[in-house]
Amino acid sequence: MLNPDDSGSRERGISRRTFLRSAVGTTMVDAASGFLDDAKAAEGSGVPVAVAGPEPVPVTLKVNGVERTLRLEPRVTLAEALRGPLGLTGTKIGCNRGACSACTVWIDGVTVCSCMILAIDIGARSVTTIEGLAQGETLHPVQAAFIEHDALQCGYCTPGLVMSCAALLRNRPDPAAEEVRAAISGHYCRCGTYPHVVAATLTAAKARQA
Amino acid sequence: MATDETQRTEAFPSGIVSVGLSEVKRQIPSDEPPPLPPNAELAVIGKPTARQNGRAKVTGAIRFTVDISLPNMLHGGILRSPLPHAAVAAIDVVAAALVPGVRAILPIATPDAILRYVGAPVAAVAADSPAAAEEALRLIRVDYKPLPFVADLDVARNPASPPVHDSASAPAGDAHGFPAPAGLPLHGNVRGPATVTRGVISQGLAEADIVVEGEYRTAVQTHCCLEPHAIVADWRTDGLTVYMSTQFTAGVRHELAAAFDLPLSRVRVIVDGMGGGFGSKSSLGNYGRFAVALSRQAQAPVRLVLDREEEQMDAGNRPGTWQQLRVGAKRDGTLTAISVLSYGTAGVAVGAGVGSFAEALYACPNFESAQYDVFINAGPGCAMRGPGNVQGAFALEQAIDELAGRLSIDPLALRDRIDPSPVRREERRIGADRIGWHRRRASGADAGPVKRGLGVAQSLWGANVQINASCEVRVMRDGSVEVLSSVQDIGTGIGTVLAQVVAEVLGLRPEAITVRIGDTEFPAGPPSYGSRTTASITPPARTAAWRVLQALCREAAPVLNAAPEQLAARDGKIVVLGDPGRGMKFADAAARLRTDWISAVASRSDDYGGFRRRIGDAAIALQDLGGVQFAEVAVDTETGIIRVERVVAVQDCGRPMNPRQIESQVQGGVLMGISFALFEERIIDQNSGRMVNPNLEQYKLLGARETPEIEVAVLENYQGQSATDAYGIAEPSNIATAPAIANAVYNAIGVRLRTTPMTPAAVLAALGKIPARS
Repeated sequence: MLNPDDSGSRERGISRRTFLRSAVGTTMVDAASGFLDDAKAAEGSGVPVAVAGPEPVPVTLKVNGVERTLRLEPRVTLAEALRGPLGLTGTKIGCNRGACSACTVWIDGVTVCSCMILAIDIGARSVTTIEGLAQGETLHPVQAAFIEHDALQCGYCTPGLVMSCAALLRNRPDPAAEEVRAAISGHYCRCGTYPHVVAATLTAAKARQA
Repeated sequence: MATDETQRTEAFPSGIVSVGLSEVKRQIPSDEPPPLPPNAELAVIGKPTARQNGRAKVTGAIRFTVDISLPNMLHGGILRSPLPHAAVAAIDVVAAALVPGVRAILPIATPDAILRYVGAPVAAVAADSPAAAEEALRLIRVDYKPLPFVADLDVARNPASPPVHDSASAPAGDAHGFPAPAGLPLHGNVRGPATVTRGVISQGLAEADIVVEGEYRTAVQTHCCLEPHAIVADWRTDGLTVYMSTQFTAGVRHELAAAFDLPLSRVRVIVDGMGGGFGSKSSLGNYGRFAVALSRQAQAPVRLVLDREEEQMDAGNRPGTWQQLRVGAKRDGTLTAISVLSYGTAGVAVGAGVGSFAEALYACPNFESAQYDVFINAGPGCAMRGPGNVQGAFALEQAIDELAGRLSIDPLALRDRIDPSPVRREERRIGADRIGWHRRRASGADAGPVKRGLGVAQSLWGANVQINASCEVRVMRDGSVEVLSSVQDIGTGIGTVLAQVVAEVLGLRPEAITVRIGDTEFPAGPPSYGSRTTASITPPARTAAWRVLQALCREAAPVLNAAPEQLAARDGKIVVLGDPGRGMKFADAAARLRTDWISAVASRSDDYGGFRRRIGDAAIALQDLGGVQFAEVAVDTETGIIRVERVVAVQDCGRPMNPRQIESQVQGGVLMGISFALFEERIIDQNSGRMVNPNLEQYKLLGARETPEIEVAVLENYQGQSATDAYGIAEPSNIATAPAIANAVYNAIGVRLRTTPMTPAAVLAALGKIPARS
């Protein structure tokens, strides 16, 4: 970390936390658990503001079908909550700012960079991580096809890629190669597995339809 | 080494399979296995084999270093210099020490220390939580006295530019330099030259009918491993255990023992999942030392993981270069002179040369190179996939392409004349056929705004071997088998290859072999750099498996009423040669073992035909590695966008062990090469000395949408040099891509781009449609 006296983010008056709050507050507030709604409603009204944190607050998360209540500081991202207290380390952090998509999970079936959303904002929505994709010992067709096509090398970006490709097949059971490339265009794989990822996803699509 | 009595002579297959095999006789140690036949005659080796840890990777179950969590583990962080050049006048950690949860503070830059780049470590802390560590770093007060700085290669060459180093601090060069021999003179910020001379260059130029001259630049490229540099250090009174995302567990163990004055026996290094290195995780690194020192101070495990900004600023990079080439030739293409002058910068470090590519690739009687390191106030460079040669190839292979054009000789025909390698000759033939080279037209032949072109370039890389690499194979009484080595799988799939080798010897399936690697508790394996892993560890794996099989056959022989040397292992059985009816299950033979398991440990012997050179524990094989790559591009002359539409990569690695993993790795080399050619550039603001794109959104990498169709072809090239005759492929596959694209772009638009990255702006400037970037 750089010395804060010289930090560009402070000069601009935007911290990561306020950015997250404003982004989440404007786009996802209706589904959030209520802290931000309370805070927004109370702003400027003279009514005491319900402030969450900075101490840990109870947060209930439904992950891979299981509900767990944790005590988390409001600044904890979903990725951090998954990897830390929930022990679901399959979700990876690569850049921690939504640029590499290694941390991709599903929220109500939609792919999301889990480093870009706070755990307290998940609310009642259900989270699916790489650990929740297989049915017991039976791999998801995308997972099986990734092995078959060697669509992984170091494997660090793999869970995120698998989540995006599996989500694509829910919406587009028979995608064209170009659609697969578009679906994973936000993912970085430094080992260069993209050709095999595309091939594996097309194979998985056929397997699901068979 | 073996004496005459301990050696025997064997006949090995020799040559390129698609050209024709012959035999070569080699003296080999008598305790090593007989020659391995060509892949066509084998059951497992050379067959596409699924990755042994594939399931763990697609389910997220594999544990990377960043996933390690130990009881009472602390979280470390590093305070870094905000200035490119500064003296530390004072440092005050009192407030930081009072932050609740802070358990250790490590001063790094003590008063009067000089900080030489933005991101240089100043202090480190460990605390109960990442937030407490972050807060403590915020509260460390440092009084920086700014010093004049220079952050540009060209400016730093000027003797009047601010000196980055003094004579004491300037690194002299070490084995990681490419090249950077010790004892080179230092003038201002310029260290060098490192020179190589062959023949008389002035005479060669005078004899030439044509001389092509050109200046080339390559930008600084950063490694961008998806897993950041990461370590969990657990210092205890009875020894140190370190979990580390490293390319060399055994090497880090040595570094730790030396740095902390510990016996090797008290240092253990472990890595399971390893999220990419590409050269940047070859050694302990400063952050590794900090984590261990913090753990020692706090008497608790410390986790230290760099964030992406730290990765971009202080985790290594491929040095940027400026090169001037002169190539002289006769009218028939015969080369008479090659001259290379290079100035490169690895920031505050050395090793920014352009390799031996121009010296070694082509037959040319007169050669000279002078390579300089230029210091600037920027983070230190280090090895990155094909260090030196990637930069050198970008220049030389364009110069050769330009020469072909000037001589009106086809670029492949010219190389047939000047390249003595029979391997690359075959690779050119195969590649030309696959890409459809006959379709190549004159430069700029397309009429419309989008112009297509074909280009070719060649690769050259030394076949490295780590001669102290060891491996153990165990057979258990229940017939299960383990292969053990400290060698780490950084994504190349070496564990799978080890399982294949052992399975081939023991007549089993690779899935049946338990692979236990990435831990210095096991026999010391090779590093995963220099494309040397497979070459170093597969021969001892085969030898160890062969020795353990001999022991097993001694147990089985009385039961089968045969002599042990009459027995062989195949299809899960121990069988009597020439009498297929007689045999017993492998597991039944194992059940006869006197002990719970038997084991053999083997280490890498010298290449049977000798080495070209030995440097400590490393050696360079007699034959080179290489490849030839062809690129087809479409250049939009209105937007300046280059699209690589197709790449054909023809590579060689001795004996290919696992074609599926090789294809993956070559695709990765090609894609990193395209990314280097078109997108990647570390940009430093010259007013502040700061990298302005220390992230993954403004530091642009190739993604899926920029990925072309890639066709990979791999030669089977046998030389009878070891128990497996296998060599590496990671780096050779990354060297030819960028110049092949540049040559294809020239073929498309008739203008040569001599600078990376070849951005749309650079294309439009080259076409004269916008002013050139100054």
